[in-house]
Amino acid sequence: MKRMILAAIAALAMSGAAYADTIKIGVVGPFSGPFALQGKNFKAGIDAYMALNGSKVGDDDIEIIYRDVPQADPAQAKALAQELVVKEGVQYLAGFYFTPDAMAVTPLLTQANVPLVIMNAATSAIVTKSPLVVRTSFTTWQTSTPIAKVAKDAGVSKVISVVSDYGPGVDAENAFKAGFEAAGGQVVEAIRMPLATNDFSPIMQRIKDSGAEGVFAFLPSGPTTLGFVKAFKENGLKDGGIKFFAPGDLTQESDLPALGEAALGIQTTFHYAVSHDSPENKAFVEAAGKAIGNPAELSFPSVGAYDGMHVIYKMIEATGGEQDAAKAVEAVKGLSWTSPRGPVTIDPESRHITQNIYLREVAKADDGTYYNKEIQTFEKQGDPGLAALK
Amino acid sequence: MQTVLSIAIDALAYGMVLFVISIGLSVTMGLMRVVNLAHGAFAMIGGYIASYAARDLGLAYGFAVLLAIFGTIVIAVPIERLLYRRIYGAPELTQVLMTIGITFCIIGIANYVFGPTLKTVPLPSELQGSVDLGFRAIATHRIFAIVCGLAVAAGLWYAIEKTAFGVKLRASVDNAAMAAALGVRTEIVYAVSFAVAVGLAAFGGVVGAELLPVEPYYALRYMVTFLVVVSVGGAGSIPGALVACLLLGAIDTTGRYLMPEFGEFFFYLAVIAIICVFPRGLAGRAKG
Repeated sequence: MKRMILAAIAALAMSGAAYADTIKIGVVGPFSGPFALQGKNFKAGIDAYMALNGSKVGDDDIEIIYRDVPQADPAQAKALAQELVVKEGVQYLAGFYFTPDAMAVTPLLTQANVPLVIMNAATSAIVTKSPLVVRTSFTTWQTSTPIAKVAKDAGVSKVISVVSDYGPGVDAENAFKAGFEAAGGQVVEAIRMPLATNDFSPIMQRIKDSGAEGVFAFLPSGPTTLGFVKAFKENGLKDGGIKFFAPGDLTQESDLPALGEAALGIQTTFHYAVSHDSPENKAFVEAAGKAIGNPAELSFPSVGAYDGMHVIYKMIEATGGEQDAAKAVEAVKGLSWTSPRGPVTIDPESRHITQNIYLREVAKADDGTYYNKEIQTFEKQGDPGLAALK
Repeated sequence: MQTVLSIAIDALAYGMVLFVISIGLSVTMGLMRVVNLAHGAFAMIGGYIASYAARDLGLAYGFAVLLAIFGTIVIAVPIERLLYRRIYGAPELTQVLMTIGITFCIIGIANYVFGPTLKTVPLPSELQGSVDLGFRAIATHRIFAIVCGLAVAAGLWYAIEKTAFGVKLRASVDNAAMAAALGVRTEIVYAVSFAVAVGLAAFGGVVGAELLPVEPYYALRYMVTFLVVVSVGGAGSIPGALVACLLLGAIDTTGRYLMPEFGEFFFYLAVIAIICVFPRGLAGRAKG
C-alpha cells in the first residue's frame, strides 16, 4: 500500500512538469550603478519579447528573476548565479553584460544542468568555456573586422589604432589589424590608452604626428567616448581630413544626443542600429521603447536580450519545459530567424550568432536628432575571433 | 618644437580645468577642515542645472552658468545647516562617512530625475569651434576655461588674503572659540564659505563639462583626481592648488603623449614623490 502511494506521488511529481508549470529564467546584469542603462536595455528587450510573444510557452508560465551586478565582478556574478540555480531553481541563466562575469559562471553550467544565454558579453572565448553557452549579441572581433575593409575601400592605407587598454579594446585592435593588413593596409602605430583617460588632446597630437590618414578607435560607450569624439573634432583632426573608423559601440544611440554635431559623419560597423528599416524592428522598437520608458535610451543590449529570449523560448518548446540543458542547447543549434537586426542564425559549431554587420554613418534626421544611418551590409558574418583563438 | 609647444598648451588647459573644479574642495578641506567627498556631487548638480537650463529651457549660456551656481548653492545651504554643521571639527572618519553617504544619495536622485544618459552643456557660438594658433588648433572653450581658472584664482586669493571677510574666515578656522569671543559670527562665516565652495564646485562642473561630461556617476568618477590635486597643492592654499594643477596637468599630458600604455603611472608616481617630500602638500601650512 505504502509503496503504491509513493509511486503515485512520484508519478504525480513527474507528470507535474507537463502542465501549468512556472519556468524560471535568471537574468544577471548591471541594473544599478554606472552601467544601469545597459541593464535597463536588457530588461526592455526581455519585456518587449514577452509583450509581443506572450509570457507562456505551451502551458508553462515564464517568470524572469533579475539579479544585479553593478560592475564587472566575477565573484559576485558567480555567487548570484549559484543562488539563482540552487535557491530560485531557475532552468535558464541569461543576461551578462561583462565578459569576466560570464566567464565566472561557465564552470557551473554542466553540474547545474542549466544553459547560459549571453545577451551582451562580447569576448570571443566565452562560448568555448562550456558547451552550454549560447550567445545572441556580438563579439568585438565580429563588429571590428568589417570596418578594416571599409577603411581600405575608402582609399586609406595608413591607419593608427587607438584603443582603451582593456580586454575588448585589445580585441578590437587585433581584429582591425588582422583585417586591415589582410586587405593590404598598414597599421602605422597602435596606442593603448588608460581606461580613465579624460583629456584626449595629447592622444590627438600623437595621431597627428603619426602621419596616418585614418584612425581606428575603440572605447567603451559612455563619458570617455564623448571626450574622444569631441577632442577629435576640436583639435582639428576632423577638418584636417583624417578619417575616423570604429565599431558601433562608439556611437550607440543613447550617447548620440550628447555627441551631437561632433559625431556627424563618423562611420562605424555594428550589428544593430535602432534605425534599422524592417517591420520586425519597427515592432520591436515600439514595444521596447514602451518598456524602457524613454525611447531615446534604447540601445544595442536590448536587441541581444530580445533575441536571447527568442532562443530561450525555443529551448523551452524543444524540451517541453523539462530541465535538460544539453537537449535545449542542441535544439537551437542552427536555429535561424528574422531578428529586429536582420536575418540571424545560431552557428551550430560555435553557438555564437551569425548575423549581418552594417556599415553606418551618423546622420541628422529631419527633426534635428542624430541617428546611425545604415549604408552598407556585410552579410552573414561569423565570429573571426574564434579562428584567431586557435 | 611644435609638438612641445602643443603639449604645453594642452597641459595648461587641462591643468586649469582641474583647478576650477578642485579649488572649492581645497577651500572646504583646508579652511573649513571638512573632508568633503560630496564635492564632486555638487559639481555634478551644477552641471545638471546648467545642462537643463541651456538645453531644455533654451537659456543663454551665461545665464545658465549663473543659474547653476546659485541653484547649487540653494540646494547646498539646507544640507549645510542640517548635516554639515554636525561634522565641523568631527574626526575625519565621521566626515568621510557622512559626505560619501550624501554623495550616494545625490547619485541616486540624479539617476532617477535625469536618467543615466550623458548630459552636455551646449556652448554659445562664441565658445564653439577652435582657434588656430598658427601651429595647431585649440578648442575655444579650453581658452575660456584657462581664463576662468585665472580669474577664480585671483578672486579667491584676494578674498581670503586681503578682505575683512578673509581675516574673519582665517580667524574662525584657527580658533573658533576665540574668534566668536571677539564678535565674529562664526556660523555665518562658515555658511558663507561653504556656499562659496559649493558655488565654485558648480562653476567647475559647468566649465569642465566639455572634458568631464555630466552623468550620475560623475560624483564619484573624478573624486580621486580632485582629492589628489588638493593634497598635492596643500589644502586651503590657492597658489598651491594652482601650481599643483599645472604640474600634474603637465605630467599627465606628457605621459599620455609619450607613453599612453603606462596609463596613470607617471601621474601617481609624481603624486607619491611630491607627497614624500612635502607631506602637507606644496604649500601646506603646519596645523596649528
